[in-house]
Formats: sequence, C-alpha cells, structure tokens
Amino acid sequence: MISLIKVLYFARLKESLNYSTEEMDLPADVLTIAQLKQYLALRGEAWANLFNGKQSIRAAINHALVENDAVIKNGDEVAFFPPVTGG
Amino acid sequence: MTVRVQAQDFDVGAEINAMRLSNPHIGAVVSFVGQVRDFNDGDGVSSMLLEHYPGMTEKSLGSIIERARAKWAIVDALIVHRVGDLKPLDQIVLVLIASAHRQDAFSACEFVMDYLKTEAPFWKKESTSSGERWVEAKGSDVDARQRWQQ
Repeated sequence: MISLIKVLYFARLKESLNYSTEEMDLPADVLTIAQLKQYLALRGEAWANLFNGKQSIRAAINHALVENDAVIKNGDEVAFFPPVTGG
Repeated sequence: MTVRVQAQDFDVGAEINAMRLSNPHIGAVVSFVGQVRDFNDGDGVSSMLLEHYPGMTEKSLGSIIERARAKWAIVDALIVHRVGDLKPLDQIVLVLIASAHRQDAFSACEFVMDYLKTEAPFWKKESTSSGERWVEAKGSDVDARQRWQQ
C-alpha cells in the first residue's frame, strides 16, 4: 500500500537542504519518525549531517510535537525543525 | 481566549484595556512583553527574522493557554506573537492573563511564557556584528518549563 505524506522543513533545515516542502511516497519499511530520519539521512551529505542523530531535530505530525517513536500514517503532514527559539 | 500571530506591532495599553473592561469578574491582569535586544551571546544584534510554522503555531499557543486554564482560575488570556523582520526595541510577544485574584494571573503568565519558549514553533535568525546566524535554543528555557512538571 502506498503511503503519501507531506514533509515540511523549517529554519536552519530549510536553508541547509534548500527545501521547504515535499510530497513523499513513504517506503513500506518507514513507519516511524526515527525511521523517516534514517531514510532522509541517505539522501546526501547535507541530509546526513542533519538527520544522522547527532543534531537535535524536533518533529511534528499534523501540527503536534511528537517523539522519535511516533507512527506516520497515510496523508500525514510531517515537519522537521530545530529546537524552537520564539518569545 | 485569543491567539494572534502577526507581522504588525501591537498596542499593549489598548490590549490591556480591552481585556480588563470586557468582564467585571476580572480583578487582575498580568502582562508580559518581550522585545528585541541589541545583543546576544557577546555580539551586537542589528536585526532579526522570526520564522514560524503557520497552522501549528496557532494550535500550539492555543494548547498552552488550555493547559494554563486547567491549572489556574483564568478569566481571559491573550497571546500576540510577531513574525517577520524585527529590530532592537521592537516588541516581539505579548501575553495577557486576567483572573479574579492576582496569584492565578502571575503564575499562569509565567507558565505560558515558559511553554511558549520551548514548544511554540518560532525560530529567530539574527544579524550580528559576526554575520547572520540562527539563534540556538537554551537549556535554561527547558529547565524553566520543567519546574511546572514537578
């Protein structure tokens, strides 16, 4: 079954990757945020630097903050960003 | 309970008057105003860009107010947060909490700011004497939030 999701990148990630949003067919073995990070890390050096686990990257699914073990479903909007610095 | 994310400035006095005059049960209004500093981490700051995640930002701020309402007797609450280009002395954020008695409003206002600083999806990029850079999150902000979880 195909899982089509939307992925958004913000702040330092958006700049480093030169990417703000994309539609993605989720591979069958990518079920969680941790697995999606590992999958994205394979895209090249800039991606590996951000998603190899050494940098603190926060994630949200459908506008709610989630942890690495959160499960991604068909149609979800996933976002990756650095720790927030508002206020 | 109101949340606004906007590029334009806000009038603190007008916002306080609008809230306090809206309900005679209100006995206290506590406000917090954040403004852009002209220094950070040892460098002068000449301007700042505030980015956010439209949609999630409003939901996140609304959820922070709801959690504060579950802990304290709040009559009304307002968060206004600016985005876009800002410079030193510009106002960034306004939090107003109205309650019957002051202690609820004082505590809830601190709670809202501590959660806003660590959960609401805003990011600051500052222009400094050493160039442009994304502001790093502070461990002290996480500590400030964690005191509410004890």
